[in-house]
Amino acid sequence: MECLIGLQGKDFILVASDTMSARSVVSMKQDQDKMFPLSDKLLMLVCGESGDTAQFAEYIAKNIQLYKMRNGYELSPHAAANFTRKQLADALRSQTPYNVNMLLAGHDKEDGPSLYYMDYLASLNKVPFGVHGYGGFFSLSVMDRYYQKDMNQDEAMKLLQQCIDELSRRFIVNLPTFNVRVVNKDGIKNLGILKAKPTSS
Amino acid sequence: MSILAYNGAAIIAMNGKDCVAIAADRRFGVQAQTVSMDFDKIFEMGPHLYIGLPGLATDVQTVSQRLNFRLKMYELRENRRIRPKTFMSMVSNLLYERRFGPYFVEPVVAGLDPKTHQPFIASMDLIGCPMITDDFVVSGTCSEQMYGMCESLWEPNLEPDDLFETISQALMNAFDRDAVSGWGAVVYIIEKDKVTKKLLKTRMD
Repeated sequence: MECLIGLQGKDFILVASDTMSARSVVSMKQDQDKMFPLSDKLLMLVCGESGDTAQFAEYIAKNIQLYKMRNGYELSPHAAANFTRKQLADALRSQTPYNVNMLLAGHDKEDGPSLYYMDYLASLNKVPFGVHGYGGFFSLSVMDRYYQKDMNQDEAMKLLQQCIDELSRRFIVNLPTFNVRVVNKDGIKNLGILKAKPTSS
Repeated sequence: MSILAYNGAAIIAMNGKDCVAIAADRRFGVQAQTVSMDFDKIFEMGPHLYIGLPGLATDVQTVSQRLNFRLKMYELRENRRIRPKTFMSMVSNLLYERRFGPYFVEPVVAGLDPKTHQPFIASMDLIGCPMITDDFVVSGTCSEQMYGMCESLWEPNLEPDDLFETISQALMNAFDRDAVSGWGAVVYIIEKDKVTKKLLKTRMD
């Protein structure tokens, strides 16, 4: 039911996550932030089992901070993504697997912006755009049609708005608001809350 | 549905005259939803040695990384390149270690002997039972289709260019009849003094 959206632009990654915290058929909270900053220019979006998401994201965030303190330099987004994958993959074959899906958005001086898609089975993929959850059924086709390489931030925001509008039009589950952030060379910037535009029909 | 068909994959390896070829599709999906069309399933394990890993994508990545580690340790210890047959045993051993909680991959090995340049192809099931052949091996979600195509197209002693055509047509026409594999392909032609990697554009529907 949850939805995480991410797309890569020219020199940034734009991400959005729904704000719903649900338990079974009951909505418990409408302002849940599903994004966890792992470092200055690395952001993790998580969805899945509610206890696992926070536990796993915080575990990864703290370990990435620890690595920075021990070694005096940071893990690149690529390295952090592979570290996260290993932790999730090892947990998968243990008695206590984490049931979490995630998007990793990062910016690196050498590699530029990068977006990684990882599911609860720990298969890691670098993608130009990715959506987790049922939202993918609706927004991936919008992305396929309108996504272009090297979009600027305004164009990316417009595409994101289109995706969210499509969700509000076609998706039976009510996801009224999305948290939006951008990751670029200057770090993580909060772009506030995005709502679906009211439709005329 | 089988966990082996969760992400979808199709891989073929073929013998030719003093050459071998290995080809795979490039789709990464979650059941019917395609997520990415540039997913690597074939990994270079040496100048003349490649392994294709169809199956559950997380295990494709885990197994390829663990094999890479074991291979590097082997080559450091022995101070020489591994032979394809020895490498096959290494894969088999790694998989059988997880006999009762297996990695969900059914590998395909293709390579030339580092000394004699003898072609070698082999495939395995998910717990590491090997099968060496001297014509072709297939593995993945559309293995029936791939067997059919290989049986009708393959012939002995194909030259590298003909082998490329044969393996490409066999793979493409097999995975076009499968919903969870395809969306682009990659072909490696392995010869004594060169390896050619070609990306194929295929149907995207």
